[in-house]
Amino acid sequence: MGRETRAMQDDDTTNPAVLWLLDGESLWNRKAGEAAKSCADCHGGAGKSMKGVAARYPGFDVSQKKVINLEQRIGLCRTEQQKAPALAYESRDLLALSAYVGRQSRGLPIDIQVNEKTKPFLEAGRAAFNRRQGQLNLACAQCHDGNWGKSLAGNPIPQAHPTGYPLYRLEWQGLGSLQRRLRNCFIGVRAEPYSYGSPEYVELELYLMWRARGMKLETPAVRP
Amino acid sequence: MTSRRQFLVLACGALATGAEAQLPPNIAALRQAALQEAVRKVVGDVPVQRGKVKLELPPLIENGNSVPLSVAVDSPMTAADHVKAIHVFAEKNPQPNVISAQLGPRAGRARIATRARIADTGTVVAIAQMSDGSFWSDSVSVVVTLSACLEDGLI
Amino acid sequence: MARVVVNLPQQARRGEIMEIRTLAGHDMETGFRRTQLGQLIARDIITRFACTYNGVEVFRAELHPAMAANPLITFTTVATESGTLEFRWTGDNGFSATHSAQISVV
Repeated sequence: MGRETRAMQDDDTTNPAVLWLLDGESLWNRKAGEAAKSCADCHGGAGKSMKGVAARYPGFDVSQKKVINLEQRIGLCRTEQQKAPALAYESRDLLALSAYVGRQSRGLPIDIQVNEKTKPFLEAGRAAFNRRQGQLNLACAQCHDGNWGKSLAGNPIPQAHPTGYPLYRLEWQGLGSLQRRLRNCFIGVRAEPYSYGSPEYVELELYLMWRARGMKLETPAVRP
Repeated sequence: MTSRRQFLVLACGALATGAEAQLPPNIAALRQAALQEAVRKVVGDVPVQRGKVKLELPPLIENGNSVPLSVAVDSPMTAADHVKAIHVFAEKNPQPNVISAQLGPRAGRARIATRARIADTGTVVAIAQMSDGSFWSDSVSVVVTLSACLEDGLI
Repeated sequence: MARVVVNLPQQARRGEIMEIRTLAGHDMETGFRRTQLGQLIARDIITRFACTYNGVEVFRAELHPAMAANPLITFTTVATESGTLEFRWTGDNGFSATHSAQISVV
């Protein structure tokens, strides 16, 4: 991403993602569902309780017996703790909350746990990253491991480290999740994208975040 | 969500009827004319001089959807001598006007910044309207690129 | 009301030039896009932004479809006296958003 895009990201007075952060803060404090609880009722101030959380997701959830991402974790809190209807994937409210939680880990290194529970999902994600797919028969690794830094249609190919999700993509003119970006990649190689929330995406997210381990979280970032 | 079949039927239909879906062959000339007309609406018959205005935007634009730009005008911003308005135009956009800002001595400094949509590689023009009735301008040529992996993906 | 963000100093010296940065949450639908079925998506943009300082308009802008989504407008005004700055965005389909900020001028 260029200098101007980075300047947009680093300045809270001009980063358009701030609009979602403020919405996220309101939602954090708003009581919801039959339990009439807000996130703050259980978690207190997000600045303290959510610090470091986004840097550890996707992670293994004991109740679900699988790896889930941050949006799914927020979804579980909504349905099981707040007893409220689930927030749709890519809905403004879910993105705002995810961005708000993610923001509390800005500057912290990404830290994905690899143990016998997460390993199978990580390996599935790694296999997906290296597997050719779509009409163009390309694997993620071919561009993002093998040709990063080179130009594709006028823009440099990044290494594809998801350090700033959910982020404001200039192309979307709005905030979006990592899954939305992955769908763009699938469409880019002319493969049929999975639906939101598919385990295939979560496994890929897990692998990508593990691959970016140690890098600082930039949520909410700005990208072209 | 449209089915692929629906889309293909419509795409063929659009090609057959032509007109609306396609751009006219003299599009560059039409857009130039539209720009001149938009500028003329602002300045009338007064000649626009080059100078005093500094238009800044990145020469290579990563994504035309959101391009940071700033316009600064060299002016004391006093009651007797100030910038009344700043107008920005983009030549290659479907419609040339971007923003028109009304200033005045209370601004203290003649500088605005915003983010614009620039549709295609071409020229962006900024015109300052001064309190003495004169017009000054600056223009920048930009190259607009597009991301490789898009959502709609039908290029 | 749509979310808006305004950044300006809370305090300034008399005569100091203050830079004010404003952000408004709005898709700014251009009116030039078409759906996958070829239908034109109607224009829906913020058309006007104005700032008043203790009731006096100190800045105004007309916005066109070429303004990016979630428009950022940065401008300046001289800190003349303590009081209230009011910001107003209006646009298509009756869109309206306002914000108020206090300034202390010493």
